[in-house]
Amino acid sequence: MENIQILLAEGKQAAEQATSAQDLDQVRVQYLGKKGHLTQLLKGLGALSAEERPQAGAKINEAKQALQEVLNVLKANLESAALEAKLAEETIDVTLPGRGQSLGGLHPVTKTLQRIEEFFARIGYSVAEGPEIEDDYHNFEALNIPSHHPARAMHDTFYFNANTLLRTHTSGVQVRTMESSEPPIRIICPGRVYRCDYDQTHSPMFHQVEGLIVDKDISFADLKGTLEQFLREFFEEDVKVRFRPSYFPFTEPSIEVDIDRGDGKWMEVLGCGIVHPKVFEYSGIDPEQFTGFAFGMGVERLAMLRYGVNDLRLFFENDMRFLGQFN
Amino acid sequence: MKFSEKWLRELVNPATDTQGIADQITMAGLEVDEVLPVAGQFSGVVVGEILSAERHPNADKLQVCQVSDGSEQFQVVCGAPNARAGLKTAFAKVGAVLSTPDGGDFKIKKAKLRQIESFGMLCADDELGISDDHGGIMELAANAPVGADLRDFLQLDDFVIDVDLTPNRGDCLSIAGLAREVGVLNKAAVSYVDVEPVTPTIDDTFPITLEDSEGCPRYQGRVIRNVNMSAETPQWMVQKLQRCGVRSIDPVVDVTNYVLLELGQPLHAFDLAKLSGGIVVRKAKPAEKLTLLDGNEVELNDKTLIIADAEKAVAMAGIFGGAETGVTEDTKDIFLECAYFNPITIAGRARSYGLHTDASHRYERGVDWQLQGRATERATQLLLDIVGGEAGPVAEAVAEDSLPTASTVTLRQSKVNQVLAFAMPADEIEEILTRLGMIVEQGAEGEWTVQVPSYRFDISIEIDLIEELARVYGYNNLPVKVPTAELNMIAHDESKVTLKSVRNQLVGRGYQEAITYSFIEKGLAAQFDDKHEAKALANPISAEMAVMRTSIWPGLVKALQYNQNRQQPRVRLFETGQRFLPEGDELIQENVVAGLVCGPRQAEGWSADTAVVDFYDLKSDVETLLELGGCAEQFSFVSERHVALHPGQSAAIQRNGKTVGYMGALHPELVKSLGLTGPVFLFEIVQAVLLDGELPRFNNLSKFPESRRDLALLVDENVAFADIRNLALQKGGEFLKAATLFDVYQGKGVEPGQKSIALGLTWQHPSRTLNDEEINEVIDFVVSALKNEYGATLRE
Repeated sequence: MENIQILLAEGKQAAEQATSAQDLDQVRVQYLGKKGHLTQLLKGLGALSAEERPQAGAKINEAKQALQEVLNVLKANLESAALEAKLAEETIDVTLPGRGQSLGGLHPVTKTLQRIEEFFARIGYSVAEGPEIEDDYHNFEALNIPSHHPARAMHDTFYFNANTLLRTHTSGVQVRTMESSEPPIRIICPGRVYRCDYDQTHSPMFHQVEGLIVDKDISFADLKGTLEQFLREFFEEDVKVRFRPSYFPFTEPSIEVDIDRGDGKWMEVLGCGIVHPKVFEYSGIDPEQFTGFAFGMGVERLAMLRYGVNDLRLFFENDMRFLGQFN
Repeated sequence: MKFSEKWLRELVNPATDTQGIADQITMAGLEVDEVLPVAGQFSGVVVGEILSAERHPNADKLQVCQVSDGSEQFQVVCGAPNARAGLKTAFAKVGAVLSTPDGGDFKIKKAKLRQIESFGMLCADDELGISDDHGGIMELAANAPVGADLRDFLQLDDFVIDVDLTPNRGDCLSIAGLAREVGVLNKAAVSYVDVEPVTPTIDDTFPITLEDSEGCPRYQGRVIRNVNMSAETPQWMVQKLQRCGVRSIDPVVDVTNYVLLELGQPLHAFDLAKLSGGIVVRKAKPAEKLTLLDGNEVELNDKTLIIADAEKAVAMAGIFGGAETGVTEDTKDIFLECAYFNPITIAGRARSYGLHTDASHRYERGVDWQLQGRATERATQLLLDIVGGEAGPVAEAVAEDSLPTASTVTLRQSKVNQVLAFAMPADEIEEILTRLGMIVEQGAEGEWTVQVPSYRFDISIEIDLIEELARVYGYNNLPVKVPTAELNMIAHDESKVTLKSVRNQLVGRGYQEAITYSFIEKGLAAQFDDKHEAKALANPISAEMAVMRTSIWPGLVKALQYNQNRQQPRVRLFETGQRFLPEGDELIQENVVAGLVCGPRQAEGWSADTAVVDFYDLKSDVETLLELGGCAEQFSFVSERHVALHPGQSAAIQRNGKTVGYMGALHPELVKSLGLTGPVFLFEIVQAVLLDGELPRFNNLSKFPESRRDLALLVDENVAFADIRNLALQKGGEFLKAATLFDVYQGKGVEPGQKSIALGLTWQHPSRTLNDEEINEVIDFVVSALKNEYGATLRE
């Protein structure tokens, strides 16, 4: 029976030398198979006495089990090594760029417009739009700018004929809104506007956002508060804001708003004022019952300040290298 | 308007420095553009007199001058050609400090120029920062006091303040008007110049007739005889004019300009000898001609108010004088005009002749209609002082009924409180208005009756007064709050697609948003649209920006050209905006979404698809836009020609059979003529159609299995796939769920002129399993329909 330990030792040694699953299986068949060395020993039990037999049987089975365990462990090791080898083979360079379409981007003017719209939409303003080819009445007359008014010279208007022109501001949309709806009114009017002027700081086409609120008891204080908040939110800075008297025929008092972003220089960013009673009268709103304020801002100018763009003309050249900077 | 700070301070002199005054008036609505010193920083420069000037022994262009400073004599070497004995000029003595244009300074030292010693320097304008003139050394008046400090003598410690006045503030277009405003802001008294009526020494007058009293309600004239045109305008007047941006011309014109600057009243002097009969103020006759003082002849129209004599037009009223009757050095007698013209009559006239003058600028905005008497007397006084002569009495023609009336405005405390959200104290209100020159009387409880001075054309209603209160009180001193409003819900139509999501979709597919000009070149517009004649601007800025776009494509194609010229091979652009379609008498302004792709399908990369884009790449982009509204099945693409597109690669995009856009390859001829590298693909769709979607509706899911059959069909290559699919869907019975194209093939095994189409058809019944017989029956039906309609056969 001393054979058992020798056979077990030989089996273990053979198993440890195996380098593949097949080798291991061969060892298993050689020792534990039907005709395997250890299995054969069981067949020799008949030669033993009835007293010796159970003890010897148990020893053989112990040995078989011990070998099986060794085989199991080695098999698992071999399998995981094989898997690892396979995975290692499948390794890729994860730093290579991804495949497919790359992302485009919005124009900085649109980004700025959307941002402005959002600030006002969140406090209940809705967006109104109107025609860019406008009539004299909606662009001037209804805004208290009669044909002989010196303010017309400030507008550098593009004309098609005496009565048809390219809008010089989006205020015509405000007129149309007041004509067709009742207060309370809270709108903002974004869009393209046109002035017959072209140099480094003037573009014949640019974008404006105008806003209008009409309700009972809307005051100069409300105007100041709204625009001060807007400018601080827009720039995400505690900008200094000052309100400077100015003149627009459609508002009174009229205001130009300057900001100082910490360099001690005042920069004009928008114009606004209390809606002129004559403008209300033109649009059929009772100026005794309602008051309102209106404001207008140049989108390119705000975009330039916000993103640090230094030349107005870049906005309309559509150079991919410029546009791509805002993605 | 430019003005001299010193002149202003002669009238009102608050304890505020230059910048302080500039800030003050800016914050009161008179925006200061610029504050510039009248001269550079320098010291030690005096009035010197050249006693003698001899040629330098060693240099042709230099002179050796003996210069007196009043007490001593100095030898100075000078290169200026105008250095001559007797000239009084600016003399920088040894030790004087001058500034350089770059802001530095240098000290005048004793020097040797070509072996001759020089003690100081004679200066030109530019060396003292007075002007850019370097034509020679300064030429001071003959009576300049030798030895006096030049800064004191020329009053050079002064600033020119340039104020950009808004059109409502014509009352500030004079020193007096500005002083009034500064006085109000500083609560300081203003001392206006004393004007005593000049006692006539002769009886001569010249007749005046107001034919158009609406346009000219008041016209004053005065004859002044025997003026001395060889007299010189005094230095102080020349200086003040200069600092206000007005060039000295002759003593008479200088006086009228001076009074215009001082009081804001334009005046005109005629040579009396050249006027015949009398003055008539009337509208011009059609085609009447007038040669203006600048020498240009204009043809007048009958909307223009003119000053005429018995025979001819002699001036454009309130705008420009005529050359023929103007004052010259030979003039002996003058006729001085001082009038009030109605702003509405003058407004826009000057511009219609391409003119803009100091007079028209003021008359358009409104000149104080009570100022004429004072201005006439002031001008007479100055003329007599300078050019002498004898003045006749002031003749005035006036149409009282046509003169403006003094406005009286009611102001309510309650309205002030409402508009400003601030209960401005009553005494403050009264005080501000009174300081502004208004006569304020207590009316009913909480009300005032306010009489507006004749120079404030901008005040006629209550809000005008409230603005004045806010302005003088200070906009920044008034309270701040935000509006309160009811929190009402805002309607939101869920079926609508937002423009933002359309944009984001395109951005997600690699497009960069562009913004191109709405006006384009006429020829380019026609190349992209043969159905509309683009609307042309009457006053375009250039030929490249002359007509309104009828499509966004020309703009995008120009942007492509710009980028290709800058080595950008891969361009994907989109734009949203209005196009302008003239259709008959109508003009359709509608928003569209347009896009352009050109170059490689994907950005260059290690594993990128390097093929260039084709029609179907763009179509997929367009399809995703159509799918945003949840009703893609309503859209179809129909082969249709378009003037700008490749005839075999262009499609109309239709919704329920109506064309809403186009897409395709830019016509190769255009690619070539525009110098582009193609192919280029374009789309344009009406925005409203994209945004108009539908609310999703749920359909029950079937629990029963689907059955699919694949058909391989051979058809003529010109048969459109969409037609085959539509017929299959139509004939496939109500349980046909999908018809999917999974292969298109031409080549080996398929006859030339034919194509093989592989179509997968899927059926599903909502409440049972479909059996083979049923499906086979439908398939046979579909196949025979395809055969009958399009000659399609099943591929073996």
